[in-house]
Amino acid sequence: MHLGVSESMRECEYSQISTRSSTPMETPYKHRTPKRRKWESFPGRNKFCCNGRIMMAKQTGVFYLTLVLILVTCGLFFTFDCPFLALKLTPVIPVIGGVLFLFVLGTLLRTSFTDPGVLPRATPDEAADLERQIDVVNGGTGYRPPPRTKEVVINGQTIKLKYCFTCKIFRPPRASHCSLCDNCVERFDHHCPWVGNCVGRRNYRFFYMFILSLSFLTIFIFSFVITHIILRSHQSGFLNALKDSPASVLEVVVCFFSVWSIVGLSGFHTYLISSNQTTNEDIKGSWSSKRGKDNYNPYSHGNIFTNCCAALCGPLPPSLIDRRGFIQSDAPQLAPPTNGTTMYGATQSQLSHMCDQDQCIQSTKFVLQAATTPLLQQQGSEPVVLTASPENGCSVPGRTSLGQPTPPTSTPSLSCHEATEMLPIHGQCHTHNHSHPLQEPMAHHHFLTPEEMPSPPGMLPCGSPLGHSHTIQAGFYNPASQDSLHEDSVRGLVKLSSV
Amino acid sequence: MQARVPTAADGNMATEFHNLQELRHSASLANKVFIQRDYSEGTTCRFQTKFPSELESRIERKLFEDTVKTLNNYYAEAEKIGGQSYLEGCLACVTAYLIFLCMETRYEKVLKKIAKYIQEQNEKFYAPRGLLVTDPIERGMRVIEISIYEDRGSSGSSSGSSSVSGSTAR
Repeated sequence: MHLGVSESMRECEYSQISTRSSTPMETPYKHRTPKRRKWESFPGRNKFCCNGRIMMAKQTGVFYLTLVLILVTCGLFFTFDCPFLALKLTPVIPVIGGVLFLFVLGTLLRTSFTDPGVLPRATPDEAADLERQIDVVNGGTGYRPPPRTKEVVINGQTIKLKYCFTCKIFRPPRASHCSLCDNCVERFDHHCPWVGNCVGRRNYRFFYMFILSLSFLTIFIFSFVITHIILRSHQSGFLNALKDSPASVLEVVVCFFSVWSIVGLSGFHTYLISSNQTTNEDIKGSWSSKRGKDNYNPYSHGNIFTNCCAALCGPLPPSLIDRRGFIQSDAPQLAPPTNGTTMYGATQSQLSHMCDQDQCIQSTKFVLQAATTPLLQQQGSEPVVLTASPENGCSVPGRTSLGQPTPPTSTPSLSCHEATEMLPIHGQCHTHNHSHPLQEPMAHHHFLTPEEMPSPPGMLPCGSPLGHSHTIQAGFYNPASQDSLHEDSVRGLVKLSSV
Repeated sequence: MQARVPTAADGNMATEFHNLQELRHSASLANKVFIQRDYSEGTTCRFQTKFPSELESRIERKLFEDTVKTLNNYYAEAEKIGGQSYLEGCLACVTAYLIFLCMETRYEKVLKKIAKYIQEQNEKFYAPRGLLVTDPIERGMRVIEISIYEDRGSSGSSSGSSSVSGSTAR
């Protein structure tokens, strides 16, 4: 929230250099469109509430189930068991129960509503710059798609940074692309349907405190409901006790089934925190000694105490996606955007305004020629209307060597449904994690390395097209001008947008 | 709009803003240079201090490196795990994070300092040379974006572009 304020303040100061334009053609255009906030055109698959303050995954059904379970169980406990226990034993019981309940609810909401550490997608200029660098490295041959990995040495371990085709960035170490939310998330742990959000760098501690306090709450309720029934049975017999407080039976059943999974999950995450690993890394076995003698976790601080403190009490970075900021409609750009909608809201009219100015045509043409030179070398690329294939990425055609933005289409809904059905609750971490590393081999179809091969073969969600294909319009310019210069730029723009 | 080459900043804020505005009006965006992240020390925020070739004729190497090193120091300060951050974390946990409704996190405070620093650097050193440094937070902390502006309508200008693409109308 604070960052939002300072962001807009900064924008105001820089508007003196970046956005104010004296051309009369642009001003009436600006007045006509209402100011939109950035969350409204956020490219990921997320749900926003309260004007961008709350951010969740798209499918939140299971989250509501979690809420209902917790609220109903605790409600029943406070209504039916607590009066008896407060009288018979001590009134401290409902107080402790109340505190635990509020803590659980608070951490749950905080986990669900916080931005997990989503990395914003690259601006078109950045993406073009990266492409150029990659081409330079490969000598611009373009017959084979370039290997989209960078190697970096961290604390003595060689780590491969992968290129994300959707976000057009090289993912920082420990970041991963969530196929359900269609975002790259920093320090990606897993996507949790129970919480209705990804668990990443910014909300991991809340998630951990949620499952820890929920374990305590479950054990607390379980033990005191059993105590209640036992005390009542001493008074009036077992069956009568059950008849007198039927709610207790329901509570016992819910708690019994929850205890195993939640306590197990807490234990697992305690282990992860103390060794500074993410669920993702643990499942892939990235740092296990089975991979090699010299394999160790380069991120670990060395001892358990420091690892725990760093994970739970370390500094909390702010959200990188400025959800509540306003879209600046005419931020200066070098090359036109390749998507129909970008986060920065550049539109066709704005670009045609740019094109109208003679000076801009000159410089634009130079820029485009420089940028499109590597593209022009590949003869087989068809530029016009690029629709990402609705089939899954396994059948990626070798059309454009610079790689198309293969969206992680087919994995999302399938794996989500699979997961919610097969959920032994503990297993949710596993199933969802398998869905997402699978997306990577598909995107990197042409250059699979042994370590990228998906580990659970049974999970390949092939087939089944998703109704969620991105249509990238290449031909949004009217090449209706007689000016040859203009035609050249347009041709160049069309070729560029085939990337 | 007269194409006036902005002179070196003389400490007057009004003149500097005026320079920046003139820069926008009198110059066109020629190229952008991206300074990528340096992950050799882990996931903490650091930027590469390698001097990009496009800026060779534009700005002194030392100035550029100083800027990037100072930014790196700021980010290291923000992400430092130590006594103060533990205290803040524990206090926040105990108050169920409600305390952040009243006060800023240390990270946010440092980000504000960084924003101010970048603005100062732009006014003092970069704008007079036709450059503009964008705060990395506006690019998702992935890159430091340096925009190179060329004077419009300047023929054979002294700033002579060494970048591949930038060239204004002659």
